[in-house]
Amino acid sequence: MTLNEIKDILQCEVITGEDRLNMEVKMCCGSDLMSDVLAFAKAGALLLTGLANRQVIRTAEVADIRAVVLVRGKRPDAEMVALAREQNLPLMVTNLLLYEACGRLYQAGLPGCGEVPAAESGILG
Amino acid sequence: MNGGTFRREFEVTGGDFYNAGRVSTEIKEILRQIGIAAPKIRRLAIAAYEAEMNMVMYARSGKVLLQVTPEVVRLDVNDVGPGIENIELAMQEGYSTASEEMRAMGFGAGMGLPNIKKNADRFEIRSEVGKGTTLEIEVRL
Repeated sequence: MTLNEIKDILQCEVITGEDRLNMEVKMCCGSDLMSDVLAFAKAGALLLTGLANRQVIRTAEVADIRAVVLVRGKRPDAEMVALAREQNLPLMVTNLLLYEACGRLYQAGLPGCGEVPAAESGILG
Repeated sequence: MNGGTFRREFEVTGGDFYNAGRVSTEIKEILRQIGIAAPKIRRLAIAAYEAEMNMVMYARSGKVLLQVTPEVVRLDVNDVGPGIENIELAMQEGYSTASEEMRAMGFGAGMGLPNIKKNADRFEIRSEVGKGTTLEIEVRL
């Protein structure tokens, strides 16, 4: 699923990475807990989270997360936006709640990180 | 670890949440430039980041020594801080002494050390209460 499709499905506002919306993601994880993202998300995933701080961008970079969508209409502050831009990470915002956003993407066919084998996650090895 | 070793040391400042993660991001970039396989880089970056966050959250200061040989990537993490009273307990998933502030950052859920161990081929931890904590993390190439 491309970020453009995700943007439409979740009615997102694009904060950074406007030029990279043709990028594909193969799966998604939803969590406000970055430790759990580090433990359970796989490379190449999209992250949906209600946490809006710099650690989200760092976590995405470290865990090879392709893009981040902030749910519940959370606004990223200037520091978070600057780091997303520096890391070249697409960042979007939706007013949907986490469960609703996950549900819509799942219904549209985007699987969860527990359902995609690591070998198919886009970064082989 | 002898000939042909890449070595670099990084400093981490306790309580510096603004820069938290910068060292791990740098380590990741170095490993990418060296040409390490992406899944191994990811494991090392996650281990380094969890260790870095622990130092930012709990320690006064810390150092990470990155060493790369043709066989192994090694991270030696040393901090000056309160140390860990019960390592066995600290290694259990979900056990945490984190403050509300740390949890608000998305960390401190008691996943850090178990997550480091999970991503390492070899992991050792030593700690002295009132002095600090030392981690040895290795991923074989």
